[in-house]
Amino acid sequence: MDIPLIAQAATEIDTGDTAWMLMSTALVLLMTIGLGLFYAGLVRSKNTLNTYMMCVAAIAVATITWALVGYSLAFDGTGDLIGGLGHFALQDVGFEPREGLTIPHLVFFAFQATFCIITIALISGAVVERMRFGPFLVFAALWTVLVYAVLAHWGFGGGWLFEGGTLDFAGGIAVEMGSGFSALAAALVVGARKDYGRLGLLPHNTVYVVLGAGLLWFGWFGFNGGSGFGTGEASVLAFTNTLLCPAATVATWFVLDAIRGRRVTAVGAATAIIVGCVLITPAGGFISPGWALALGALGALPCYAVIVYRPRTGVDETLDVLAAHGVAGFTGILAIGFVAQASWNGVSDGLIYGSAAQLGDQALAALATPVYAFVATYVLLRVIGFVTDLRGIDRDEAVGMDFIHHGEEAYPTGEGAILVSPEDGGEPPTPVAQPARGA
Amino acid sequence: MKLVIGIVRPEKANDVLEALYRAEVRGISMSKVQGHGGELDKVETYRGSTVKVEVSDKVRFEIAVTDPFVEPTIAALREGARTGEVGDGKIFVVPLERAVRIRTGETDETAVTPVGA
Repeated sequence: MDIPLIAQAATEIDTGDTAWMLMSTALVLLMTIGLGLFYAGLVRSKNTLNTYMMCVAAIAVATITWALVGYSLAFDGTGDLIGGLGHFALQDVGFEPREGLTIPHLVFFAFQATFCIITIALISGAVVERMRFGPFLVFAALWTVLVYAVLAHWGFGGGWLFEGGTLDFAGGIAVEMGSGFSALAAALVVGARKDYGRLGLLPHNTVYVVLGAGLLWFGWFGFNGGSGFGTGEASVLAFTNTLLCPAATVATWFVLDAIRGRRVTAVGAATAIIVGCVLITPAGGFISPGWALALGALGALPCYAVIVYRPRTGVDETLDVLAAHGVAGFTGILAIGFVAQASWNGVSDGLIYGSAAQLGDQALAALATPVYAFVATYVLLRVIGFVTDLRGIDRDEAVGMDFIHHGEEAYPTGEGAILVSPEDGGEPPTPVAQPARGA
Repeated sequence: MKLVIGIVRPEKANDVLEALYRAEVRGISMSKVQGHGGELDKVETYRGSTVKVEVSDKVRFEIAVTDPFVEPTIAALREGARTGEVGDGKIFVVPLERAVRIRTGETDETAVTPVGA
């Protein structure tokens, strides 16, 4: 069979590639909206809007930091640990393609920006229902530069893992392990919710959860299918594997749920969709469709185990970002080392097809990434926590983040709501027992 | 035999449940209600509209108890619900004429004493 080419050395713009990459960029942006819905459904109703707003904030904050410095640090030059500032504030990012690609540099930038956005949005899952909104914005701005840009450089941008031969198709390093292990650090620094371990803290709307997971899967076709930066064979393979692998994960999850609780759960299925998509993220363009199915089934096991075990610990890593992204990303990165097939990817074989060295390269990434993500995030949040409080008082947490931070409710009844006219909008609220003047 | 009615802040409802549990008060009903008792209005903004929410969400506990349990129940409600701010709620104690346990037909004090207590 023909050997697919991952990236052809071409400087011509290909209109087909560009069209697909424009579409993929929009698909990946939709994932962050889907994630907001998924997360909002998993929290209590009084924290719905705040949880969703963390994802909206990720879009705003990460896009700005990425355009200013993040993109440059990740994708300018081939420094071992970090890129340069040659693309500071989008300098030299225009219609000409980036070296080796067939799409305008601007499209490549925008596509990569959506990855940065969803990664910081993912971490919010570890701190929802208690972290203050302001400090989260500061954290998001700094994290995207100090952690995401560094890991993206290592994995895709010409850093030491990339140059050393580690394969990561769509972000097992920067996005999945980066978010998962940072989430663990964030949960440890911010601390558990007040009621954690005392009360059952249940998802308030499971329809949001399954709908959000569905949107994530839909968007993931752009995430993985776009990571070949065109419409070549690698993209096609990754696209189809994004259908196969999560399907196997969901079916496996059904079995695990049935064995453990005698029933197949919807929240479990939604979680499995995400776990399956994450498993195939690093491996999408490197393994055969058959192995994608196998990876979806086998990779479900460690993630399920962590999801079952985590609530028994004191660590309130609230929405299990570590299990669904960190552990699944780790598994996917290692899977490449075992089952990558040069006859499918044109790049490298894994251990069972004769190349033990590839497994070594993958293991290096699977060790270095979690360490950097965890340590850097831990230190960063400690520093922010030294300057300002990361969380509010207990009463704020009891009332709910929606009213405290946003002055809105997700489900207002409207009963007893009296319109405040603009003229007296600045007055302090009057107790009802002493009616306002003129009332 | 009395009916103790406690109207408390929703965010303190779990603390009240815990306090009642510790006071060994077992048989309760709770419901979501809306009302106001002179607390400051909640101000919310939706796009250009700023509104004062004058009727706030509360949780209403109804607890039928024998006379020796009246004071512990009141103490538990106060302990769980109090924040010290206006709007902590009220406790009403009203006499109870009859009580019947539907399953067995037991009446009055036997009926309001939880099974196994």
